[in-house]
Amino acid sequence: MRVALCATCLVDQFFPEVGEATVKVLRHLGVDVSFPEAQTCCGQIGFNGGYRKEAAEIARHFVETFEPYDHIVAPSGSCSSMIKVYYPELFADNPRMLERAIAVGEKTHELSEFIVNVLGVTEIGGASTGLVTYHDACHLLRELGISEEPRTLIQNTHGVELEEMPKSDDCCGFGGLFSVKFPEISTAILNDKISNIEKTGASTLIANDCGCLMHMRGALRRQGSSVRPKHIAEFLAEGLD
Amino acid sequence: MPDVKTSQFKSASVKALADSNIQRALGAPFAHFVDGRKSAIDADFTEESWESMRDRAAATKAHTIERLDYYLDLLDKNVRRNGGHVHFANDAAHANQIVLDIAREHDVKTVIKSKSMVSEEMGINAVLEKNGIVPVETDLGEYIIQLAKETPFHLIAPAVHKTKGQVSDLFEKFLDSAPTDDIEKLCIIARDVLRDNFAKADMGISGANFIVAETGTVVLVTNEGNGRMTTSAPRVHVAISGMEKLLPSIEDVSLFLRLLARSATGQRITSYNSFISGPRASTDEDGPEEFHLILVDNGRLNLLKDETLREALSCIRCGACLNHCPVYRKVGGHAYGWVYPGPIGAIVSPMLTGLKQGKDLPYASTLCGSCRDVCPVKIDLPKLLLDLRHKVVKSGAGAMPERLGIRQWHDTMKTRKKLEGKARLGRMLQGLVARKGFITRLPLPVVSGWTKSRDFPALAPRSFAEIWRDDLSGGDRS
Repeated sequence: MRVALCATCLVDQFFPEVGEATVKVLRHLGVDVSFPEAQTCCGQIGFNGGYRKEAAEIARHFVETFEPYDHIVAPSGSCSSMIKVYYPELFADNPRMLERAIAVGEKTHELSEFIVNVLGVTEIGGASTGLVTYHDACHLLRELGISEEPRTLIQNTHGVELEEMPKSDDCCGFGGLFSVKFPEISTAILNDKISNIEKTGASTLIANDCGCLMHMRGALRRQGSSVRPKHIAEFLAEGLD
Repeated sequence: MPDVKTSQFKSASVKALADSNIQRALGAPFAHFVDGRKSAIDADFTEESWESMRDRAAATKAHTIERLDYYLDLLDKNVRRNGGHVHFANDAAHANQIVLDIAREHDVKTVIKSKSMVSEEMGINAVLEKNGIVPVETDLGEYIIQLAKETPFHLIAPAVHKTKGQVSDLFEKFLDSAPTDDIEKLCIIARDVLRDNFAKADMGISGANFIVAETGTVVLVTNEGNGRMTTSAPRVHVAISGMEKLLPSIEDVSLFLRLLARSATGQRITSYNSFISGPRASTDEDGPEEFHLILVDNGRLNLLKDETLREALSCIRCGACLNHCPVYRKVGGHAYGWVYPGPIGAIVSPMLTGLKQGKDLPYASTLCGSCRDVCPVKIDLPKLLLDLRHKVVKSGAGAMPERLGIRQWHDTMKTRKKLEGKARLGRMLQGLVARKGFITRLPLPVVSGWTKSRDFPALAPRSFAEIWRDDLSGGDRS
């Protein structure tokens, strides 16, 4: 089984520790993971901005880079949904690329979904401590329908208690370009999310997407909160050899 | 047509965020909408059965819209057969003229209205007033905003942003009533005024929730009973509707009524469901002597021509997408700058009033997908918003700084080599602004808004690719 890690551009440039944790978890589970070094970005930034021509070029590069592999694993629901759900939209007028993009989409998995549904593993074997809470990233939840898999993995981690926040499936207000274009609205949505996180009394906030985490971390840090945001890969890697 | 202020979304939204009345209105009442919808659905349906109802409704709407000319023709025949008149209006001005002509023909002095979003598109009240005819809104919320000279804040709760104090002030000013904070008293004050108008009005204008082609029936749904009064008491009934409100058969209606009531207000069934098929028959004891149906285009046929965006014509105006939208829930209805707010408004308003001035609206979404999940006719709103963003860019209306940003991104992400080169440069430059791995103030145009409330992460000292190469690959380089 040839498994390629799609690190995502955010992890690659801003949060490499999430990539390291992803590799650690996958290797712990016996997966022979490769990192195709030509990878850059899935193209979502351009696509969501309305720049489809530019996005299609970046997406084509993605398809070419990843199509030799049996599985593509990304520590992100958002990038996975771009590839699985929106590449067909992006290449709708290009039948040859469409076929290749759909094939790549079918073998693309978000990390927690890959672990639970492809590997059939529901307990990683790591250990952590304390009360944690989980944020449902919008694209992971509503584009890919993934909500049970990450919770299963969290709950099966030794020494941890999951305390659900109110409205865990409410958006954090990030929305990529949205957070730049409409910072005031984005912040207002974010503040509700932060207050729901704080209500749990959890010391750790877990999410599967670095976009949401970057956004929530930005406010938690600014507001001097003691809650530590963690990507699920980092959380799952804790206590592994 | 009311002024189009879609270009002011950004400034209007900032204003709304600072308005404590609006923020209060967007809290509890909307939580009630959201919870009410969910419990009403859960009480009667499994997830599968609700999904299959949405599927059927979406298919029925798509079928009807694909064959709109056929069904409009059928409707036209059947309304005439029932003794009614059918008018086709190209735009708002045309529709207003038709209403005025009918009013003049019948020497109309007072018009009572039940809620109609299309009439908001037309700005009919201002036109009637200018021509010496008194329009009176009879839906309580609409009546309140008519007094306040505002547009609806929400598709089905037009005055939800008004406090009881504000309503009392309006009634005091316009109706000479004593101030009160008792909601029941306020309702009674309004009811007394509206009752008088029901009795004396010469013409009733209604909207249409659905129009049945095979029977020529207008279906009207209200909770206050004002729709029934409006369409039965005056001598003339004029129903105004967008052309897309058609359903093929009377058997389709029950499905849509079930979906609408639960999605809109969390009810199993709306209090008053009226089926109006033409004027009073010779055997009827009462009812209007004349019945007119005005079918309004006002940009809808343009929307119909667009293979992707025509899906928006399936909308049954329940408001669920507004209630579940994180953006609407922060900025409310007026920020969207025209008649239709929220995710559906962000698509329909620019398409009906001009993409250039409404170019910010399709971007006023986090693309969280909640709207799509609750839409009773399964409109794929995020997909349509994305399509409309593409149209903004294709039309050359994209904002300059964004264009430059995307050009940079595109150039950076073309190859790994370019990405690494740019990242190296970025790491050097960020030394000017980054402290302890974060940037707390970004003194650059466009992006500076981010760091007003949030710390932005600095680029990591080493990219993951470098870490892989140096520490993790173990010689496995691909």
